[in-house]
Amino acid sequence: MDDSRPIFVQIAEQIENDIISGQLAEETQVPSTNEFAAFYRINPATALKGVSLLVDDGILYKKRGIGMFVAEGARERLVTQRRDEFQADYIRPLVAEAAKLGIGSAQLAEMIRKEENQ
Amino acid sequence: MSSVIEVQSLTKRYGDLAAVDDVTFSVGENKIYGLLGRNGAGKTTLMSLLTGQEFATDGRISVFGESPVENADVLQRISFIKESQRYPEDFQARHVFRSAPWFFANWDPDYAERLVDDFRLPLRTRIKKLSRGQLSAIGVIVGLAARAPLTFFDEPYLGLDAVARQTFYDRLLEDYAEHPRTVILSTHLIDEVANLLEHVLVIDRGRIIIDQDADALRGTATAVVGTSKAVDAFVGSREVLQRDGIGGLASVTVAGLTDQDKAAAVAAGLELSPVSLQQLIIRRTSMTEKEEVGA
Repeated sequence: MDDSRPIFVQIAEQIENDIISGQLAEETQVPSTNEFAAFYRINPATALKGVSLLVDDGILYKKRGIGMFVAEGARERLVTQRRDEFQADYIRPLVAEAAKLGIGSAQLAEMIRKEENQ
Repeated sequence: MSSVIEVQSLTKRYGDLAAVDDVTFSVGENKIYGLLGRNGAGKTTLMSLLTGQEFATDGRISVFGESPVENADVLQRISFIKESQRYPEDFQARHVFRSAPWFFANWDPDYAERLVDDFRLPLRTRIKKLSRGQLSAIGVIVGLAARAPLTFFDEPYLGLDAVARQTFYDRLLEDYAEHPRTVILSTHLIDEVANLLEHVLVIDRGRIIIDQDADALRGTATAVVGTSKAVDAFVGSREVLQRDGIGGLASVTVAGLTDQDKAAAVAAGLELSPVSLQQLIIRRTSMTEKEEVGA
C-alpha cells in the first residue's frame, strides 16, 4: 500500500491485476471482504469499498447469500482499459522524453527491441 | 448511519487549563476510530469524559443515547483499556480474566484463552512482577475478549514488542470483522494503525482539528520539492502545512491538490511525493503551535 492514493483504490487495482493475470478466473468467487481485510491488514470497510468499486464497474457481481464473483468478459475489458492507460502513462512520456533527447521513432523501436532481447 | 457517541460543546477545565476545549463531534456505530494527538493534547481526558470517569465542566455527552455518568446501563456496554490500569495487590492475570465476565456481558473465555497463548502471557505470576509489555498484554486481551459494543484502547501497548503489536492489530481486525463494534484507538504509532482506521479524529490542545474519513484524508497533502523559485511560483496562495528549505531548494507540504495541479507541478519541474497520515498529523499539529508563537 502506498500513501499517495486511497487504499480502496489500491485494493480494487490489486483484484484487477489478479483477474488480468488469470489468478482470478471469470465466474470464480473472489475472497470475502473480511479475507481481503485480514490479508492486506486494512479496515474491512475499506476492503468493501474497493470491492464495491469493481461491482459498480461490472467487473465483479454479487450472488446473493454466496459472495462476489468475477463477471464474464471482465478480463478482456480490463485489458482494453489498461492498454489505454498504458498509452497515456508510459508511451506518451516515453515519446516526449525521446523527442527531448533527439531519438527518432526508428531508433526508439530499435531500443525497445534490444530490451526485449535481453 | 446511527451514532454511538454524540458530543456537543464539551469542555473540561482543570483550573485555567482547558484540557478539552469546546469540542463537538459524533462517533458512528461499528467503525474503528483513531483518536490521535500529541502527549497532553486531551486524548485521555476526552476518553475519561466519554466513559463517565470525569465530569464535564460544560457541554453535553450522549453515549448510546444517554449520559454515561453513573449510568450502569451505558457503562456495561463500554470497555476502556487504559495504559495506567491498576489491579488489586496480589492479583494474577488469571484472576483478571476470571472476574472479567462480571463486567462484560459478551466476554468470551475461549477467545481470551487463545489470546493468552498468542501473547504468551504467564497466568500464574503476580501482576506486580510482570514486565511492562506483559501488563499491556492483559489490557489488550481484556479489551478484545470483552467484545464490548464500545471499546476504548488508550495507548494499549506500552512495552509490547513489534511482534505482539502486530498480533494485536491482526486479532483486532479479525475479531472486529466477525463481531462488529465501535472501537476507539488512541495511539502515537500512527503509521502502524493508519490502515486499520475507518475514521480519524485528531485532537490538539483540547480541540478537534481533524474529523475525517481515513480514506478521504489519505492523499490530501502532498510534498512539493524543487527550487525555491519554482516551488513559490507553484504554491502561490495555497495553504501551506509545512515548509523546509536548504540553499536554493524548498520542500513545501500543501493540501488539496487536484490531478491537474499535480500535472502542472510536474510540468514545472517539481517533484511530488505523498505525505503519510502520520506526517500529515505531525505537520498539522506542529503548525498550530508555530502559528500561535508567531501571532
